[in-house]
Amino acid sequence: MVKVLKSGFYSTIQDLGRIGYQHFGVPYSGVMDGYSASMANAILGNDKNAAAIEMTMTGATLQFNCNTNICISGADMSPQINSNKIELNKIISVKVGDVLSFGRLNYGFRSYLAVSDGFKTKVVMNSRSMYKNITNQVILYKNDELPISNSVVNSIKHASIKVNTNHFTSKIIEVFKGPEFDFLAVEQQEQLFSKLFKISKENNRMAYQLEDILANSLKPIITSSVLPGTVQLTPFGKLIILMRDCQTTGGYPRILQLKDTSIDVLAQKFNGQNINFKLVKH
Amino acid sequence: MTFNLTYKPYGARAILIEWPAVIDEVILKDIIRFSDVIERKNIKEIVEIKTAYNSLLVIYESVCRNYENEVEKLKNYYFSKGFEYDNMSKLWKIPVCYDAVFGIDLEAISLAKNISKEAIIERHSQVNYTVFFIGFLPGFLYLGGLDELLYFPRKETPKLSVKKGAVAIGGNQTGVYPNESPGGWNIIGNTPISFFDIEKSNPCFAKSGDCIKFHSVTIKEYHNIKKLVDTGVYQMESEVIDG
Repeated sequence: MVKVLKSGFYSTIQDLGRIGYQHFGVPYSGVMDGYSASMANAILGNDKNAAAIEMTMTGATLQFNCNTNICISGADMSPQINSNKIELNKIISVKVGDVLSFGRLNYGFRSYLAVSDGFKTKVVMNSRSMYKNITNQVILYKNDELPISNSVVNSIKHASIKVNTNHFTSKIIEVFKGPEFDFLAVEQQEQLFSKLFKISKENNRMAYQLEDILANSLKPIITSSVLPGTVQLTPFGKLIILMRDCQTTGGYPRILQLKDTSIDVLAQKFNGQNINFKLVKH
Repeated sequence: MTFNLTYKPYGARAILIEWPAVIDEVILKDIIRFSDVIERKNIKEIVEIKTAYNSLLVIYESVCRNYENEVEKLKNYYFSKGFEYDNMSKLWKIPVCYDAVFGIDLEAISLAKNISKEAIIERHSQVNYTVFFIGFLPGFLYLGGLDELLYFPRKETPKLSVKKGAVAIGGNQTGVYPNESPGGWNIIGNTPISFFDIEKSNPCFAKSGDCIKFHSVTIKEYHNIKKLVDTGVYQMESEVIDG
């Protein structure tokens, strides 16, 4: 069991999300940055769908009530065990009573804590990912007790893991044309790919809004499907990039669709940072 | 009847199929039929099929290596004969209390449109609304068939919290909030029925193609039904209808 001593700004349990429930209106949810979460699980030798703690902007403080292995990937929030600095993307053995805490955010926005065999919170609709009205809890709170397995999974020793630093520094967000892309005027299409767009403070697990406006005269569409990574354009010209907790359907024109890997990249960015859309071919 | 469909890639691992851009029950039936055909093929690579008013989204497990090939396959399924869509649609009868305790915006609609509250309730509860699809929130039904006289614009500023079970009108649509959530529609009543029950293997009782009919109940009846719903013994009223 792991006890939450401090929850951090916005910490949740996430796995790869709920697949197959969209026709009930249930969002996918799941880790915002699949690349980093998979990295942590892979290093520990976990199943790729093992549940981890996703921490946003600031880390949590957690106490371990059993021996296990952990791995932290994603944003660097200066992790420490009992006030001793630990490395990211490494297997760290923890003992009963050890306290994991975090400090300064050095790069990235979301950090993942994986434990050997994953967190064993309740599975709802094939997933442990927290979401309002689906799981009992939506975020972690102080004094929560999170079950984990007592046995340690065999991990691959000396595996060479190299983290791609581009993942945290690149401004480039690769996109496909969305279903309504062709309704944009040529100048608008050019603007989309030449301008830098600034991430607004309205950014969360549901969507990232951009500050810059793209003036347009696109009509709303008849409500249709949307997916994580869909870029919607409002009549006012706001660009909304849908993320993992997004609704299943929407009525704004869908002008772009992010590559899966670019959703991961965007998940490590925060307000004030710039992005640049780059069109890729199917 | 078949339609002239368009096929578009949606990201790297989904194909969007679109019908003419109108809200129409004939289109709805064709979408359900096509969705069923694909579903019954049990194709391993397809992880999810989503329907909406005039579209169907086929989502694959991994990147579609040969998009043209997949579209060809889907086109063949669309025109494949020998598959009869079984019209096992249901009409669900939903009790609604339209009392001012719940129907907090009924008065405003009545004044603005110069229709009595009784007439609004009567018009709202005499229609068999068609379920087009479930979306927006878990268990939120997109219903078609609202009486034109009851069209009423959404609020300019959404309310931060709308109660679970709220029955509301937004523009040319009516719907039920399956859970407490923010919302901009005008609330005319509340139903004790649960539209999304996470404890059930089938969390939504209604599906695309079904119909919903509301009927007015008193506050006393509302609370009696609510007790039965809360203890899990309430029997939903429904009948099989021809699709």
